[in-house]
Amino acid sequence: MVCESWKAKLDTYLDAEVPEEEMHSFDAHVRSCPSCSVDALARVQMRRAIQDAGRRFTPSAEFRKRIQQKIAPKPQRSFGLRWTLAAAAAIILVAGTLTSAYLGTRSRDQLFSEIADLHVATLASSSPVDVISTDRHTVKPWFQGKIPFAFNLPELQNTEFSLLGGRMTYLDQTPGAHLIYDVRKHHISVFVFQERSLPAKLDENSLSPKQLPFNLETWSQGGLRYFVISDASAADIDSLTKLFKAAS
Amino acid sequence: MPHFERLYNFACWLTHDRQEAEDLVQETYAKALKGFSSFKSGTNFRAWIYKILRNAFLTSRTGLKATATVPLDLEDEEGALPAIEETPESILLQRSDGQLVQQALEQLPVAYREILLLCEVEEMSYQEISAALAIPMGTVMSRLSRARKALRGGLQQQFVRGTN
Repeated sequence: MVCESWKAKLDTYLDAEVPEEEMHSFDAHVRSCPSCSVDALARVQMRRAIQDAGRRFTPSAEFRKRIQQKIAPKPQRSFGLRWTLAAAAAIILVAGTLTSAYLGTRSRDQLFSEIADLHVATLASSSPVDVISTDRHTVKPWFQGKIPFAFNLPELQNTEFSLLGGRMTYLDQTPGAHLIYDVRKHHISVFVFQERSLPAKLDENSLSPKQLPFNLETWSQGGLRYFVISDASAADIDSLTKLFKAAS
Repeated sequence: MPHFERLYNFACWLTHDRQEAEDLVQETYAKALKGFSSFKSGTNFRAWIYKILRNAFLTSRTGLKATATVPLDLEDEEGALPAIEETPESILLQRSDGQLVQQALEQLPVAYREILLLCEVEEMSYQEISAALAIPMGTVMSRLSRARKALRGGLQQQFVRGTN
């Protein structure tokens, strides 16, 4: 029977894995053949049943929290300190200044952890950059009108660094620029935010916290706060930092 | 955290034990973070992290036990599965019993269970499955076909048992 050859490939067709030119003739056949269309429908029904049955297990909130802490370790507050903070927050709430007080108490380490989260999440994304270019004169203008400040990108000629592109990012609802560089197959993120918009105040020479599983450098220049983070060596991070400082 | 819930679900299906699944997911993220520099930009991150989880499972006690109890080369098993004369799909349509499918999935050898989950639940392409399981594309297609056949056979047997 002619249909047997179609039916043998029916699952591959439903997986959308037959070549594109064959896909069209398959579509036409399934539409015109009652036997194959009934078979296809039954297989789709089976797939839905497997999907429903297969999505069965959900992680607990406690486990999610534990993994999050493993990925981006945050400082552990003691139970007593937590209550003290809660009491302080309650008093401040009465005064109507909860938001600013909360932002003021956010720790420097927490800010660094969020930067690390942004770095990992972006590199894990299937499209880590919105503007793909190795040319700083293409990447820099792309940010115009998207972020409320301007910044300079360093010239990379005769260096081991190469620019991969950039994307907009947000830190605590503050818009900023995220640039991704490559050095010997390591990816380096450079984040630029307005200093005054950041949720935590950093010292001029804020050092990378030891708990962070990445190398990180940060500095303030011209009202902007820069973060350079990567699993690349501290020397590489330092070199790129110097290039940025010289360009700004 | 990318793919956290789905990795956990997949780990539970592999191990049949929530505690073991948690350990497996934790180990996967730790290894992924440690070896992030080995991830090639432009390649498939999802396939990469599933591969880490699967490798961790295969080297775990449960994984070694699960793979030791099934034939090493499932691809040579043509004809070993029950012939399908009835349509399990119509049984499902009539009964709409999700538990039947869950039980049939649970009873599949791990090699069939994992490939069905990656294809149907995770909706991975054959190429992604090939990367995640570290098997050639041709093997993906043949194993998937056998896994589907085995599931249908399992459903059919359950139905026959239920009606007797």
